[in-house]
Amino acid sequence: MTSPPPLIEQHVLEYPGGYTRSVGTAVSRYLTGLRDGVIVGVRIGDGRVMVPPTEYDPETGAALDEYVEVGPAGTVVAWTWVSEPRSGKHHLTKPFAFALVRPDGADVPMVHVVDVAAADEMAVGMRVMPRWASERVGYVTDLDAWVPISDGETPSAAAVNTAEVSGEPVTGITVPIRLEYEINAGRAPSKYLRSLAEHKIIGQRAVDSDKVYVPPRGSDPTTGAPTTIEVEVSDVGTVTTFCVVNLPGLSEFAPEVPFVCAQILLDGSNTPWFGLVQGLPADEVRMGLRVQAVWADVLVPDARSIKWFEPNGEPDAPYDTYREYA
Amino acid sequence: MGAVRTAVVGVGQTRHVSARHDVSIAGLVREAALEALEDAGMDFGDIDAVVVGKAPDTFEGVLMPELYLADALGAVGKPLLRVHTAGSVGGSTAIVAAKLVMAGIHKRVLTVSFEKQSESNATWGLSVSMPFTAPLVAGAGGYFAPLIRAYIARSGAPRHIGHLVAVKDRRAALRNPKAHLHLPDIDLKTVEESFLLWDPLRYLDTCPSSDGAMALVIGAEDVADAAPGPAAWVHGTAMRSEPTMFAGRDQVNPQAGRDCAADVYAQAGITNPREDFDCAEVYVPFSWYEPMWLENLGFCAEGDGWKLTEAGVTAPDGDIPWNPSGGVLSSNPIGASGMIRFGEAAQQVRERAGDYQVPLKTGLALGHAYGGGSQFFSMWVVGNRKPE
Amino acid sequence: MRDVAVISFAQETAVKDRERNEVEFISPVVRDAVAGSGIARHDIGFTISGSCDYLSGGPFTFVQGLDAAGAWPPVKESHVEMDAAWALYEAWVAIQTGDVDSALIYGFGKSSLTDIHEVITLQTDPYTVAPLWPSMVDLAALQASALFAEGDVTERDLAEVAARSRRDACANPFAVVSEEVDADTLLGRPVTHAPLRDSDIAPVTDGAAAIVIAAAEVAHDVCARPAWIRGIDHRVDAPHIGVRDLTTSASTRRAGEEAGALQGGFDVAELHAQFSHDELLLRAALGLSAETAINPSGGALGANPLMASGLIRIGEVFRRINAGEIGRGLAHATQGPCLQQNLVCILEGE
Repeated sequence: MTSPPPLIEQHVLEYPGGYTRSVGTAVSRYLTGLRDGVIVGVRIGDGRVMVPPTEYDPETGAALDEYVEVGPAGTVVAWTWVSEPRSGKHHLTKPFAFALVRPDGADVPMVHVVDVAAADEMAVGMRVMPRWASERVGYVTDLDAWVPISDGETPSAAAVNTAEVSGEPVTGITVPIRLEYEINAGRAPSKYLRSLAEHKIIGQRAVDSDKVYVPPRGSDPTTGAPTTIEVEVSDVGTVTTFCVVNLPGLSEFAPEVPFVCAQILLDGSNTPWFGLVQGLPADEVRMGLRVQAVWADVLVPDARSIKWFEPNGEPDAPYDTYREYA
Repeated sequence: MGAVRTAVVGVGQTRHVSARHDVSIAGLVREAALEALEDAGMDFGDIDAVVVGKAPDTFEGVLMPELYLADALGAVGKPLLRVHTAGSVGGSTAIVAAKLVMAGIHKRVLTVSFEKQSESNATWGLSVSMPFTAPLVAGAGGYFAPLIRAYIARSGAPRHIGHLVAVKDRRAALRNPKAHLHLPDIDLKTVEESFLLWDPLRYLDTCPSSDGAMALVIGAEDVADAAPGPAAWVHGTAMRSEPTMFAGRDQVNPQAGRDCAADVYAQAGITNPREDFDCAEVYVPFSWYEPMWLENLGFCAEGDGWKLTEAGVTAPDGDIPWNPSGGVLSSNPIGASGMIRFGEAAQQVRERAGDYQVPLKTGLALGHAYGGGSQFFSMWVVGNRKPE
Repeated sequence: MRDVAVISFAQETAVKDRERNEVEFISPVVRDAVAGSGIARHDIGFTISGSCDYLSGGPFTFVQGLDAAGAWPPVKESHVEMDAAWALYEAWVAIQTGDVDSALIYGFGKSSLTDIHEVITLQTDPYTVAPLWPSMVDLAALQASALFAEGDVTERDLAEVAARSRRDACANPFAVVSEEVDADTLLGRPVTHAPLRDSDIAPVTDGAAAIVIAAAEVAHDVCARPAWIRGIDHRVDAPHIGVRDLTTSASTRRAGEEAGALQGGFDVAELHAQFSHDELLLRAALGLSAETAINPSGGALGANPLMASGLIRIGEVFRRINAGEIGRGLAHATQGPCLQQNLVCILEGE
């Protein structure tokens, strides 16, 4: 018998709107410079000019404040080729080079991109100049790319910025970071989640004790030993403790506040289950309340198959029966 | 304890605010680090190793940010460690740094912890919903509020006890210029009338979300003897962890916390914490955690914590002040909060706590941090005299 | 300093494991390492892990991992957001303080859940570099390019490293890439990340590893051939790769000096070289001679489960000492762009 394929879901890790970064003195000088069409570095403790600048020496951590305008032309000191730019990450849409470029007047090369048509146009030692974005907002891509300079050519000054920005120094940037993952539930949780789709709750019993874990995670946390014995538990349980939530918009199954979020000890299980309690006013929910799962109309291998719990009419459980779980 | 006597010889921290728009992440941590170095009479060149702690990297969207911060913290060419133990991380980071000295490996260690929560926000950062795991439908408060309810049921505590802590710690913060919240008009009524977020927790029963950093310079005995300022000698350090969830786990009064306290007390010769300490800086992110930790840390019998709070025993002028700095309820850059507790305990025994200095009798103070689902604990005892 | 030895090691790898979650992945590895140590779980004094939230896509990865470690009754425990080789360093420090006599160290990560090379970009400067999204491979390729520009290293040198690693990996059941191949064959394959070929780049690998270390008084009782830690040190370079001399690894050199590596005499060196040219840089920085066999396991070019891979290098040296095959070996771990942070650990038999 072959086991069913693992449960896998796509997951996106992204702070909505992007990280809001305040940039501090040195990065402000750098980004403000890029916005204004110049490259700013800083003189470090050993006398070299480093770009991008930092507020502190890269070797000693000592404070730095001697900013130096460098470029505009520069020299490629190392490069690699990106044959497939990634949408939403790279700002260039055609294949390009990442390079270490040392601007004239700087001693330290900086990481940025070089825009040429093909990898065979790249070489260490090649001379490049900035291609400035026409709309510059105080972001690292205001320098759109370095591009080759032909012999005898002189880089011209950056064109007038077409973006509507103030002349004030750049103090902050917003950085979008969207990462995609393919998450698998694991063996034990998959069995449990699949049981929900069959209107059952399957947990696992620890090998070394009689304790039943629901949801199971695949190991007995007290010993680290795999839990391999499957046990069906009831969809009826006892509220061991709870809180009344007044923050709206937290759960699709509790559109209105107040709602109750409870730890529920299912009959036959030894670990609390976190669930919603509905079907009675929030101020009547109490510890010891006996409740039964309310299942969704369409069952899926997902925690959402149980919408919430409602009182089942049984008398409250005595405190001593669940004290060690509260 | 290790063979080498070890002390805090420098303490620095930023002013904690909801958003530090004027600095980069590097600028934030350097403020704390440079203040600690100045206090110790040192500069980066004197430091042998750097230990960085913070909560999840997703908060700032920088992966292992200590790598980007290596030069900002003067760590280039040196050993650099990064600790992450959830909410207890500030405390455990200080302990890792202290152990480098106790073990005789280094003489002078800089340790820094931080959070710049305004780069994203704490609610998002703490509750990223993962596939296949039941979402925390009610946020961090929704996780801890049921445990508080369980505590109230066990102990029979009156409902206003939490609010008393909320007022006490905010009033204490008025004497601490670096605290995030300064609420001069707070009283029981304003707490009772604040929004009921997660019954029994009201808005003012909960901690703020802060940008901030904390730094300590930890030195060996000869370094401390030669330091320009007073030393806070480390009399004991301890860490304990237990799993998030297992059958029969006491989430209200966790065994790991009790074991951790017993360990650190044994090292420091503490037999009656209420009498043996001059004060305690304890991680109380929700007001009710003061009475809960009073019991967990053995300052009273189980069930009696709320009585101490109610009697004013833990107030700045009580017989065992808890969180005279204003505590986590007044400033909470998550990754730094534990180290702030450890550092504030050190400042008290160094008599460097300014307007919130407590009188010293025993010269010993407790620093405490916890994290995760009340499952990770770190503690140290510091004193104004050398350990035996 | 107390004498401390590695006494047990276990690992597990996969190209792309979609059956097990992290806990299910780690649990057997921890169990095997503990069983192999001869010390009962609750007699092991300290527990520490290395893992990374960004590999699993959400915060507090290590909290889940603790479920695999048997942390009840409560344990003395810590976690580094670093390769677990640094967790081993912290454990070694804990033993040096005298507080504990033994430690369980484990590291884990499933690099295959996401585009790991892209995720590692977030280690770079968050204002001026990360927003351009150079991947971990792009940055390594820049280092290779700088090395080529200096003129002492050629494509063939890289291909020789890659071919030897792939051949050696054939004998390692935990390698996820292996083949009987020579440098000429590899040179005939396309350059994918100029100047690198796919064979120069460590494979994306899921994996976990666990090690138990103990102070002498414990190690002698439970282990016939412990691998003694004769030196361990780690150092970090500046984050800005332009300010570094990319044709060497200053932090590796320094860590090697401090750990005592420059005396040489190693039968084996397991270097955490994630790219073929890393091996050349590391060999030079550590002054390794021709008598030292480099990465007989196939190294990271055979399997590279991030967060465990550095610890596995220590484990591989231990394994050979423990089997009586070698007397003295060097293990190396790295993390950060272009070999930014490096750890060197020297192990010896009796």
